[in-house]
Amino acid sequence: MSHIKTTRRGVLKGGAAVGVGLATPTFFTSMANAYTNAPTGGSVTLGFNVPQTGPYADEGNDELLAQQLAVAHLNGEGDGGCLSTFTSKALKGNGILGNKVTFVTGDTQTKSDAARASAKSMIEKDGAIMINGGSSSGVAIAVQGLCQDAGVIFMAGLTHSNDTTGKDKKANGFRHFFNGYMSGAALAPVLEKEYGKDRRAYHLTADYTWGWTQQESIAAATEGVGWETVNNVLTPLASTDFSSYIAPVLNSGADVLVLNHYGGNMVNSLTNAIQFGLLDKQVNGKDFKIVVPLYSELMAAGAGENIKGVFGSMNWNWQLQDDGTKAFVKSFGEKYGKPPSNSAQTCYAQTLLYADACERAGTHNPCGVAEALEGFEFDGLGNGPTLYRADDHQCFKDVLVVKGAENPTNAYDTLEIVEKTPRAQVEYAPDHPMFAGGALGDCNPGA
Amino acid sequence: MLGLNKKDSKFLLIVIALTVCTPILLQPFPEGSGLAQFNAGYPDLMQRFAIYGIFAIGFNILFGLTGYLSFGHAAFLGVGSYSVVWMYKLLDYNVIWGLPLAIITSGLFALAIGYVSLRRSGIYFSILTLAFAQMSFNVAYSVLTPLTNGETGLQVYTSDKQILLGANEPNSPHLFGLVMNQSAKLNVGDWVFTFNIGYYFCAVIAILAFYLSLRIFRSPFGLMLKAVKCNQQRMNYTGLNSRPYTLAAFVISGMYAGLAGGLLASMDPLAGAERMQWTASGEVVLMTILGGTGTLMGPVLGAGFIKYFENIFSKINETVLHSWFSWLPDGMEDAIVWVLHFFVGKGWHLTLGMLFMLIVIFLPGGLVDGASRIREWYKNRKGGGAASSETSTTPAE
Repeated sequence: MSHIKTTRRGVLKGGAAVGVGLATPTFFTSMANAYTNAPTGGSVTLGFNVPQTGPYADEGNDELLAQQLAVAHLNGEGDGGCLSTFTSKALKGNGILGNKVTFVTGDTQTKSDAARASAKSMIEKDGAIMINGGSSSGVAIAVQGLCQDAGVIFMAGLTHSNDTTGKDKKANGFRHFFNGYMSGAALAPVLEKEYGKDRRAYHLTADYTWGWTQQESIAAATEGVGWETVNNVLTPLASTDFSSYIAPVLNSGADVLVLNHYGGNMVNSLTNAIQFGLLDKQVNGKDFKIVVPLYSELMAAGAGENIKGVFGSMNWNWQLQDDGTKAFVKSFGEKYGKPPSNSAQTCYAQTLLYADACERAGTHNPCGVAEALEGFEFDGLGNGPTLYRADDHQCFKDVLVVKGAENPTNAYDTLEIVEKTPRAQVEYAPDHPMFAGGALGDCNPGA
Repeated sequence: MLGLNKKDSKFLLIVIALTVCTPILLQPFPEGSGLAQFNAGYPDLMQRFAIYGIFAIGFNILFGLTGYLSFGHAAFLGVGSYSVVWMYKLLDYNVIWGLPLAIITSGLFALAIGYVSLRRSGIYFSILTLAFAQMSFNVAYSVLTPLTNGETGLQVYTSDKQILLGANEPNSPHLFGLVMNQSAKLNVGDWVFTFNIGYYFCAVIAILAFYLSLRIFRSPFGLMLKAVKCNQQRMNYTGLNSRPYTLAAFVISGMYAGLAGGLLASMDPLAGAERMQWTASGEVVLMTILGGTGTLMGPVLGAGFIKYFENIFSKINETVLHSWFSWLPDGMEDAIVWVLHFFVGKGWHLTLGMLFMLIVIFLPGGLVDGASRIREWYKNRKGGGAASSETSTTPAE
């Protein structure tokens, strides 16, 4: 075995060679495509980035089922679901623009860092041209920013923070789900009617963008009908035991507890609150009440008996009776043996909306797709007539006020619809103070 | 060369060669084949290999040399990231401002935490560092939210000042115009190799970091640290004050972690509080142990191993499994997929945990130990046992 003899000259030469080697990549030209991940070979890849672990895992796994169902429908498999009820008839069940739809999945772990790593690998490795998913607004905002930089479309899944289409809105990001402001606007009148004008509310709030903006929205809306906000306590997202947060509520003089919690957090905090007997208490001569502004079927199932009579709001519910809902619920139920949650529905709708926008634009180019989605009015996906507003890429549609069913007839009949709040009541100006401070910027096609 | 002996120079050259060729080495399967799933040669993951390599190298200076097991290194990672993103927000996207600041702030942090924690050793030291890291996490998560933006993570907004921002400056992290997320693709037959600027930037820094740690390992200072690990009590009895040495090692490894954190933010302009959580601190311990504590190359291998699992195995879902086993009869296919799906996708932790157990039980010296055993076995077979254990070299050291 020969020894490597090192001399000063040798090192210099070696260093120069390494330098050239490092500089070489810049001499290659980038791919000559007009936009990031332009589909090749007759197939197009969508990236489904959902929490499969962490406090929102239930929601994420349900979203994944719906996304897979949407891909099947787009490729002309199964019964076609909402393709027949959707008012836009651009989709023919032959994939998107003739390209067969394939998908990759990733786990966000309900953490911004992990979600971005997962989305990046989908974009860089698997060639995903659209990212769909979420279930935490912090994650959705982080991934939306990434998609903007990478030049792909982000179709937000379940994200309810005002910031997603407010302060942190991006030209490449679109949200079908409703938001904290809309929840407040829909809930406040119902709460006023049920519980009266003279109430004192205590807020427990998940400590991140969604919790903050929802708390702000609910407090503003309820104060608008005469309620008083006694206190707002922030709780870490990763908490699993809320007893220490519930105990002070009893001595605060509040008679309503607002839980700005979601997923596993809400199941745990509500269960803690019931264990402390809050609902059996009388404060200020009134029955103590609990409100959960953002509801989902999966949370209701997790909380079981405890949610009886508790009010909240939803984007959509499988019990609605319009054609779009019926078609989707039938299709989902036949495939998975249970009704879909509202997080599943929003992901399903977003996937179809993306595909439809591609068809109408005649391209996968994010700028073309964004233009096709902006100001798009449609119906037949389950939410009634809906508008994708161009100013902030937020969908406007009716909002549901629901409450925990008093006498559930089966395992899935956990929530009953109290009121369908009309779209006009939850609309707001794009420059509303709760949404101000950001700018869409320009659409970025990448490459 | 460069103050290294012949063996170390060769070792360093090998490391440099491996690092330069990473985009090719990690892309062994042609695009479109079923095995392309296992390719890891895409920019984000390669960057992570280099960055977590730096993190683990730095951790190894403390843990491998002095034996002090810190459970709080993620705090420095987070501090580094926040420093860089703040420089983006205040000055501009050039990483040249943020990275030195990241090293300085994390060094100061390490000095403060180390000064207190190093008064104790063993388990008490570990617990103290863990406590400090968890404190930093909670402070970043919910107390200092104006500074860290809490759970959402600190990011750059168009409304930020960015006083140095030029008219034509790239709108993402760059080094004097070399944009980090730009890459060039090279098509060779069915293979696609991606050469990414960000990766090579990290790689150059990683090599420098590696070289520095090599020098530390070989220096009298390194010997002193090894003495601490060997028998600190005896060292103290001889009249030596070992604390300045351990504190220096702690600060150096904290600065390495800060640099790694800064690089994370240089590749992706976002800093999240969860980067500081104890799980992240635990991860670097796993990396070091998995690769081989106290060896030079081990921690880097361990870092690559864990990041590979996190990013590649977690993306194998049931659909992929079904496509692999579709040639089996239906019932059998479902059964196999049902068993395997616990170990891939979201179950990647399980696979990693089992491998970790196997390695710790059967290869106490980590992956490097495994490599040296294979080499020895090979040598013995070839030389008919002539090369006894005395002449066999401990690799990587």
